[in-house]
Amino acid sequence: MDLLRFTTAGSVDDGKSTLIGRLLYDSKSIFEDQLDAMEESSRKRGDENVNLALLTDGLKAEREQGITIDVAYRYFATPRRKFIIADTPGHIQYTRNMVTGASTANLAIILIDARKGVIEQTRRHSFIANLLRIQHLVVAVNKMDLVEYSEEVFNNIVREFREFASRLDNIVGITAIPISALNGDNVVEKSTNMNWYEGPTFLYHLENLYVGGEENHVDARFPVQWVIRPMSDEWHDFRGYAGRVAGGVFKPGDEVTVLPSGFNTRIKAIHSPDGELAEAFAPQSTTITLDDEIDISRGDMLVKANNPPKVGQDIEAMICWFSAKSMPPRAKLVLRHTTRETQAVIREVRYQVDINTLHKIEGVDTLSMNEIGRIHLRTATLLIHDSYRRNRQTGSFVLIDPGTNETVAAGMIL
Amino acid sequence: MNYKLSHLDQLEAEAIFILRETAAQFQNPALLFSGGKDSIVMAWLARKAFWPARPPFPLVHIDTGHNFGETMHYRDEFVALLRAQLVVGSVQESIDTGRVVEEKGPNASRNKLQTVTLLDTIEKHQFDACLGGGRRDEEKARAKERFFSHRDDFGQWDPKNQRPELWNLFNGRMNPGEHFRVFPLSNFTEMDIWMYIKREEIPLPSIYFSHQREVFERNGQLLAVTEFLKPQDHEKTDTRTVRFRTIGDATCTGAVESNATTLDDIIAEVAAARQTERGTRADDKRSETAMEDRKKEGYF
Repeated sequence: MDLLRFTTAGSVDDGKSTLIGRLLYDSKSIFEDQLDAMEESSRKRGDENVNLALLTDGLKAEREQGITIDVAYRYFATPRRKFIIADTPGHIQYTRNMVTGASTANLAIILIDARKGVIEQTRRHSFIANLLRIQHLVVAVNKMDLVEYSEEVFNNIVREFREFASRLDNIVGITAIPISALNGDNVVEKSTNMNWYEGPTFLYHLENLYVGGEENHVDARFPVQWVIRPMSDEWHDFRGYAGRVAGGVFKPGDEVTVLPSGFNTRIKAIHSPDGELAEAFAPQSTTITLDDEIDISRGDMLVKANNPPKVGQDIEAMICWFSAKSMPPRAKLVLRHTTRETQAVIREVRYQVDINTLHKIEGVDTLSMNEIGRIHLRTATLLIHDSYRRNRQTGSFVLIDPGTNETVAAGMIL
Repeated sequence: MNYKLSHLDQLEAEAIFILRETAAQFQNPALLFSGGKDSIVMAWLARKAFWPARPPFPLVHIDTGHNFGETMHYRDEFVALLRAQLVVGSVQESIDTGRVVEEKGPNASRNKLQTVTLLDTIEKHQFDACLGGGRRDEEKARAKERFFSHRDDFGQWDPKNQRPELWNLFNGRMNPGEHFRVFPLSNFTEMDIWMYIKREEIPLPSIYFSHQREVFERNGQLLAVTEFLKPQDHEKTDTRTVRFRTIGDATCTGAVESNATTLDDIIAEVAAARQTERGTRADDKRSETAMEDRKKEGYF
């Protein structure tokens, strides 16, 4: 079966929880005891209807305050596909959660309240989806029941959204669907209230959308994660390089270059407990042995010579700052990239992006929590990288404050 | 050429990546092994991740002393199959040495006491990362759990202050005395676990399959009569055809009536189930946030 990971973002009252609740309920992914528990909690809280948000708001503080604090992961499956939802809160202060949820998603759901149309938050979510290179957007225009299922209202919203989205260059496909999550119109069943709409229902679209080309199957990249040395009689000289293919396809006999050392050798075999494999491709985890004995350790990368990655210490990147403590000037941080960890210093903030207007703000020298900007940083050791646009795995990094060990920023290499 | 992985292959690749990352980022990791299906799958994946070498960490069993006999028998055979080391932390020993006090009354359980034994075992062996079989679909607090989940020097989880996890990048840095819980199966669902067990032909303890057992009802649960748990006078026992959906302490794990004798039967049953598997666990029903409260204290 196929797997689709998508992210949702929305504020408290635009119906996101209701939509997710309906998907889970209609696909039979909510169980009776969960429903009982929700009914009981709703009753205790004095809610008039069963509050579907209680399903996603798992933490005590969230239930007390009636807000979603953290990314929650939800699972459902239909006979066609398995789905993982990264459900992220939509408050302005939680950009970092949206970025986190989007980093592993293939598709983003942008919820628009039909009465309000395209608002600041719509633009913010779409910008983040584009920044994290999510190629598919589903614009769910919700609460159609409150605008008398008007085709005109829907068309105006879609036109305005497309106009704005034309500036988002990573987005490959946008599908807009008029729905009422509360009444179920066009969620799972086709609505009888909107005969003018001829497109797919929300669930049908999620089940059938072709999502390919997420993994890069062209540029061969294998970051070495761990060296396997059994030291047993049976496997006396075995030296296997374990890792997860980050791009391209590897086959026995392929000529490969080890970076950063630059040595060339060939792949002897690709191993699994069930026998040797004919090939390995992204995102498989596998173990590779080589023809020659070369000194290779964690953080090194096997690549093919015909399309090498960039190797360098000066990096231009977009970052999102996560920490409540603003970026100190010329901050010295720990950078984690593929399986490599190194020191890095932020040399310069080139500009900050106003994520509501997409305008560049120049002349700033720091970023605060939830702010996004372009930086120049220098690393202490060589970074073997691609642009994020070309490869999500070899083009991404996180920054860690060595004093607190907190992850303070996420970056995408330009 | 179609380079697309099935959902089980993707979940496997992710879990193996996490297992290797744990071995690489920590000095002294351990795999928490309960003998339940999730920790069995996790240990199986560890075998694959480091093959042909042995997994570079021991299996740790926190033994409540209230186990189903079949589970213990299975544990020893499975550990031998994996050629792994086994470390046992004993709740009985924690009681005998006065580290914990046994709960009283008919609903007494050693479930909560395990946390102390677990934290003591972690401290004694200086484990800096404990691999757990927790899944995000299990329970609402678990839905917010990270793959690499930080624990302070009291073993506590701070759910409001978790490190963001993006892409394949996991931050396992910590101060002395702190440790991590790592959950390679985070994205598996109960159904995925069963489908994976079937695909890989992983051996399981017999009590997952339908059998005859003497049981009685308490608080809507079907509990097994064992030497550790006796019915009260008003509770009527009878022999029914049952199996277990989860395996925990014999005193708080409920059975379900079932005729499922094969993995295919179980998969069909799970697909039609209208109750979550944790619906059979009395330990989760103590309060609305029972799992979050226990996790904050350092539970699995």
